[in-house]
Amino acid sequence: MSLSDDQIRRLARLARIALQPGETAEVGSRLNRILELVGQIQAVDTAGIEPMSHALDVVQRLRPDEVGEDDRREAYQSVAPAVEGGLYLVPKVIE
Amino acid sequence: MSSLLYSTVTELSAALAARKISSVELTRACLERIARLNRELNAFISTDEERERSLAAARRADERRARGDAGPLTGIPIAHKDILCTRDFRTTCGSRMLEKYRSPYDAHVVHELERAGAVVTGKTNMDEFAMGSSSESSYFGPVRNPWAKSRVPGGSSGGSAAAVAARMVPAATGTDTGGSIRQPAALSGICGLKPTYGTVSRYGLVAFASSLDQAGPLAKSAADLALLMNAMAGFDARDSTSLEREKEDYSRLLNTQKIQGLRIGVPDQYFGEGIQPGVRKAVEEALRWFTAQGATRVNVELPHLPLGVAVYYVIAPAEASSNLSRFDGVRYGHRASEYSDLLDMYARTRAEGFGAEVKRRILVGTYVLSHGYYDAYYLQAQKVRRLIVRDFQSAFERCDLILGPVAPTTAFEIGAQIEDPVKMYLGDIFTVPGSLAGLPGLSIPCGFDESGLPVGLQLTGDYFSEAKLLGAAHRYQQATDWHLRVPTETPL
Repeated sequence: MSLSDDQIRRLARLARIALQPGETAEVGSRLNRILELVGQIQAVDTAGIEPMSHALDVVQRLRPDEVGEDDRREAYQSVAPAVEGGLYLVPKVIE
Repeated sequence: MSSLLYSTVTELSAALAARKISSVELTRACLERIARLNRELNAFISTDEERERSLAAARRADERRARGDAGPLTGIPIAHKDILCTRDFRTTCGSRMLEKYRSPYDAHVVHELERAGAVVTGKTNMDEFAMGSSSESSYFGPVRNPWAKSRVPGGSSGGSAAAVAARMVPAATGTDTGGSIRQPAALSGICGLKPTYGTVSRYGLVAFASSLDQAGPLAKSAADLALLMNAMAGFDARDSTSLEREKEDYSRLLNTQKIQGLRIGVPDQYFGEGIQPGVRKAVEEALRWFTAQGATRVNVELPHLPLGVAVYYVIAPAEASSNLSRFDGVRYGHRASEYSDLLDMYARTRAEGFGAEVKRRILVGTYVLSHGYYDAYYLQAQKVRRLIVRDFQSAFERCDLILGPVAPTTAFEIGAQIEDPVKMYLGDIFTVPGSLAGLPGLSIPCGFDESGLPVGLQLTGDYFSEAKLLGAAHRYQQATDWHLRVPTETPL
């Protein structure tokens, strides 16, 4: 199965990556080769096999519901592209 | 002075303890060599150019030693892969996205090595966001292999591998998601260990594929790897997948691990088609050494091993597409200078900030997680992942460790594979299965091919068998000197 240019553009939109108009075909041909490689797994009989998300099948650890973090807002915001008054600045989204 | 740079961490540690050398003297020798060689090798993205910070740390280490408060790593110069967050140096991940990023905190590994008294000399170059096997996809340009400068050092921890191989530092950190410690160690003629998943905290390691990412050491000998592991490993509550286990001494079997009676599993596929003759010959030679010492060769089957690459290149991109969604130009990193609205800002920021391979993996990951394809790709990959793990489990019922090559070829020419992602991916065939299973894997030098390029031997063990792997490798290294050979193109 091969992805069309329209499907590549849709994927790029979902992934929030702007593609240049001339880029789609080249990106598409490489993605299709990769999907051909990984498509091998579809021929494997996995009936009754549980999917595995953690190598050691360990479950998430719980901790007491207590505040354990310091307030480091200033340090974390010091590396942001644009902040003002403790808030992250982004283009206007509500008119 | 040159003998300092040739020495292993173990030897340097003894010389520091005996007051034969000081950390300031040793650190200065490393900084001078880094300054001299980095222009041609491009192993470091950031170095301590003024030298003040490293020398101050070296002085503190010497003071600690004078007070009698020193451990084996106190005063040893190291380098960190530029994916581990450091307050003292920027952390770029080899990407334009993080070109100027200065982390507000240190990674757990960075903190633990600092606590042990190691002196950080800089941050090493790597494939962008650790996605690659050649260290060519870095925004800061390719790393060159000290054995042949027209060739790659492997990747993604290629800067760390080249730095250790060229004797710029005696040891460095790396991270391994599908082979990124073991393969560059092999292609650069040094040693590297990918620990059992969950052994070393991922806190402060910029996430690529969280169910696979694991930090580990690169150095010149198995004994050195053990010393570094003693500092790096251990439970950390800040990593939700960190395992609660007692502290372990990874050096404990160095002198007692028996080769006599050791059952060495050898899967047929490891010596089949597609393996460069020089690689096969060197690995078979190493296997003969082990059997000559009384080890038993056991034929094991890993029937799903050939599917490892396909499974990995579904699961890793899927996790990457999710992890890398955090780079949106809002909280840190690059932001496009021109955009029309919020969505356009995201899309342009990511188009400008990420390189071609990172974008490809994000797109593949987005596809395999998208509605209608999730079951066929992602869920199926997770099921085949379990089949691969079962293969290893039944193999380890019959053997103590699995021996084989790290990579099917030795170091390839810069530019030879970068345009062909699938060809690059297939080179990971021997390292990704162990990653998917979360098993520890050790890479040590075992000879050279017909062009004089180093070949790596991979020892894979069951969960938490690091000490055994290091012990077996140490015995091998006491009888051979492949690990002590110095790259021909970066003589001292």
